Amino acid sequence: MMREFVKTYTSLYKEHEDTLNRSSVPLLNQQRSNAMERFDQMGFPDNKREDYRHLDLTAVLEVDYGMNLKRFNIPSNPHDVFRCDVPNLTTKLMFSVNDQFYPNEKPLNLPQGVLCGSLAELSKTHEALLAPYFNQLAEQSLDGLVHFNTAFAQDGFLLYVPENVILDKPLQLIQILQGPEEMLVQRRLLVIMEKGSQAQLLLCDHTLSPNRFLVNQVSELFVADNARLEYYELEMSHAATTRLSHTFASVGASANLSQNGMTLSNGLTRNNIEVHLNGSNSEANLSGLALVENEQFVDNHIWVDHAVPHCVSNQLYKYVLDDQSKGVFSGRILVQQDAQKTAAYQSNRNLCMSKESKMFTKPQLEIYADDVRCSHGSATGQMDETAMFYIRSRGIPEKEARLLMKFAFAADVIDNIHLDPLKDRMRMLVEKRFRGELARCAGCTAAQCS
Amino acid sequence: MAVESTNILEEVTSGEYKYGFITDIDSDSIASGLTEDVVRYISMKKNEPEWMLDFRLKAYRHWLTLEMPDWAHLKIPEINYQDIIFYSAPKSKKGPESLDEVDPELLKTFEKLGIPLEEQKMLTGMAVDAVMDSVSVKTTFKENLAELGIIFCSFSEAVQQYPDLVRQYLGSVVGYRDNFFAALNCAVFSDGSFAYIPKGVRCPMELSTYFRINAANTGQFERTLIVADDNSYVSYLEGCTAPMRDENQLHAAIVEIVAMEQAEVKYSTVQNWYPGDKNGKGGIYNFVTKRGLCKGRGSKISWTQVETGSAITWKYPSCILAGDDSVGEFYSVAVTNNYQQADTGSKMIHLGKNTKSRIVSKGISAGRSQNSYRGMVKISPRADNARNFSQCDSLLLGDRCGAHTFPYIDINNDSAVVEHEATTSKINEDQLFYCNQRGISTEDAVGLIVNGYAKEVINKLPMEFAVEAQKLLQITLEGSVG
Repeated sequence: MMREFVKTYTSLYKEHEDTLNRSSVPLLNQQRSNAMERFDQMGFPDNKREDYRHLDLTAVLEVDYGMNLKRFNIPSNPHDVFRCDVPNLTTKLMFSVNDQFYPNEKPLNLPQGVLCGSLAELSKTHEALLAPYFNQLAEQSLDGLVHFNTAFAQDGFLLYVPENVILDKPLQLIQILQGPEEMLVQRRLLVIMEKGSQAQLLLCDHTLSPNRFLVNQVSELFVADNARLEYYELEMSHAATTRLSHTFASVGASANLSQNGMTLSNGLTRNNIEVHLNGSNSEANLSGLALVENEQFVDNHIWVDHAVPHCVSNQLYKYVLDDQSKGVFSGRILVQQDAQKTAAYQSNRNLCMSKESKMFTKPQLEIYADDVRCSHGSATGQMDETAMFYIRSRGIPEKEARLLMKFAFAADVIDNIHLDPLKDRMRMLVEKRFRGELARCAGCTAAQCS
Repeated sequence: MAVESTNILEEVTSGEYKYGFITDIDSDSIASGLTEDVVRYISMKKNEPEWMLDFRLKAYRHWLTLEMPDWAHLKIPEINYQDIIFYSAPKSKKGPESLDEVDPELLKTFEKLGIPLEEQKMLTGMAVDAVMDSVSVKTTFKENLAELGIIFCSFSEAVQQYPDLVRQYLGSVVGYRDNFFAALNCAVFSDGSFAYIPKGVRCPMELSTYFRINAANTGQFERTLIVADDNSYVSYLEGCTAPMRDENQLHAAIVEIVAMEQAEVKYSTVQNWYPGDKNGKGGIYNFVTKRGLCKGRGSKISWTQVETGSAITWKYPSCILAGDDSVGEFYSVAVTNNYQQADTGSKMIHLGKNTKSRIVSKGISAGRSQNSYRGMVKISPRADNARNFSQCDSLLLGDRCGAHTFPYIDINNDSAVVEHEATTSKINEDQLFYCNQRGISTEDAVGLIVNGYAKEVINKLPMEFAVEAQKLLQITLEGSVG
């Protein structure tokens, strides 16, 4: 079955190779044929593969998606239809519609040397700068989907922060999915943080039209020595959205990466996060929160690779599962030989709220050095009835007490957000979501997706 | 301090296998290789009924369609199954009637192993079934047990004398389709132990089996089947050793346990197969399938294992908790040194309501060894109020070894409470310092700490075995353990 899908896309590629190349740039084009070869070899992952055990993509790939290969212009102005109203959060706001970056109307007023915007556009003037980075991490991947993206991606988002430049305001990229028909979207992100630079980047995923979307996203994050990157991803899409995201990060000496992924509403989500700690004294903080209901599915696969001594990594992943939803967590910590004095922690907590909800977790440690402190913990269960009793004995009704407890459960992931206004906003959104007031994004319109 | 511990860890690698003697006994072996004829030959040799042969042949044909599993965190060199002798038995005229008739060489072997049958018989009152190469040599205390209605005999004897019981339960927990090694075992198993505890009987003594591979190039494929009927109790011990040889030998066993209503089975293993020399040459490949079925309400199966030997261990004792209120337990200490590799853990499959399971696994790796815990806890949709607690700790001695944890947790029921914890670290320097400061040498201190670390599991072993297990820990980690 999977083989046939691969065939469909390889023949599509052959047919449209010229169109693809013509409407893209050399930086992306020169990787294409190689990536296609790899994709043809590896194919789409089927659920016989250990890391795709709980995710069957057959139904997703069966759909006949449209691809915007000819790069038709974006029909509407996202500024008009979309308003993200995180109060007090002053961000440098940008948009992408499907896999196209939407040019900003006003300049962003960023410090000199910072490159931020369309990967294709910027590569025309800065190809020499970007070539050593683009696809360097993704190329190593053993997942056919990553090469599928490289073969078809025509544009993307680029953030380049030069040495010692600190961006004081967070950047926000709203990634909108919109289209008249079933769409396959190949999104690509490249973030390069030079030595000593600092930035905060917030990505918000929204779906604005009710048809099916398949998003295949590849992000590469390069965090050089002493640099600091905070990378937030917030997904609020609808039940017909499939998001397959692959994030690769390389972290240099004394650098710091925080990654926070929140899934508030979605259809089928798979997040692969691969962090390589390549410089000593570096630190990675990864956290995630998934609130799923109905038949939603969230699958987070984390891999932290400690290649050198004296690094620290933390993982905190929490799931709240309702109705017939399904959650998967797989976290792997690899401590390579001689990566002494490593401290690596991993925690996964899950609340199953209904009888039909399912949770599969697989926390893994793979350790080849002896002077390390590594731990992982996973717990799945229900609400603590004694705590419930305590709250109720204080005169709080049961429904409210349950909400309080659920909210408290989610709170420590939200606490990992370092942007205060976003943190407050997230609290509000999560509470709304638990109260059922947040649009169940089936007919998600702009006004609801606030 | 640092220098001293390096020395000690070097000494660790020089620890030698103390059970590596070869017993000079005539044995009756067939040519190496596996064909359908070999399967038929084994069956014929054992004078088996038709249904047994059918079972074997079905398994053999299924085995031909399988491939060796490669998902474990192990580097297994290619095994040529045509180089293995699938049947080897110590030569004897007929089954021995009493101990006096048993080959004195053989008795000496068991004496060296620390299980002098005579002494066992008189002092400990433990019933021993000793399996050498592939044949059960002697079962002690059979008569005493028979008075209570307990059947404890070699597997081949059970096939002859209690065919109905064997037929009912054989393959009911580990079928021939289960996995590659299980299929192989089903096809060629030559002997093993069989125990049946009737309703309401509490077995007054520990039942015990000793396995030993003696002949060169042989594979050992034994099969143990334990059936505990309603309200019964039995504690079963298993120990293994093998002589030192350059080439690798294969051991693919199956243990099946069935526990009926309110029955309790305790199964303890001290595994000390030859682990290979300090350069990783030779040693036993220990690919074992062990599974217990808690069939009845309120039944309980408890696995305790101390794994110190084998070049490669591939072993996942598991419990299927089918009866409501049933309990499964798994306690394990796995020690690896030199080039040993272990991938071991437990599976707890919760099917019944209010089922409970507990996994405590302690891994110790030294030298250049790789030690993995792999386990699965599965809660089925019907298993309301299931409870599991798993704890997997790893201790690393040396910077060239590895410790890994691969737990799988699948939850399909919202009333389940499942917890998993794992830590990996080296010996605490503060504890070492504290001991040193009290005048305890580093070597002794390491011993103290390792023993303390493994105590939780060793305490679960029956007394006689606990002493042996502690000794084995010391031998395996010789030098670092006092």
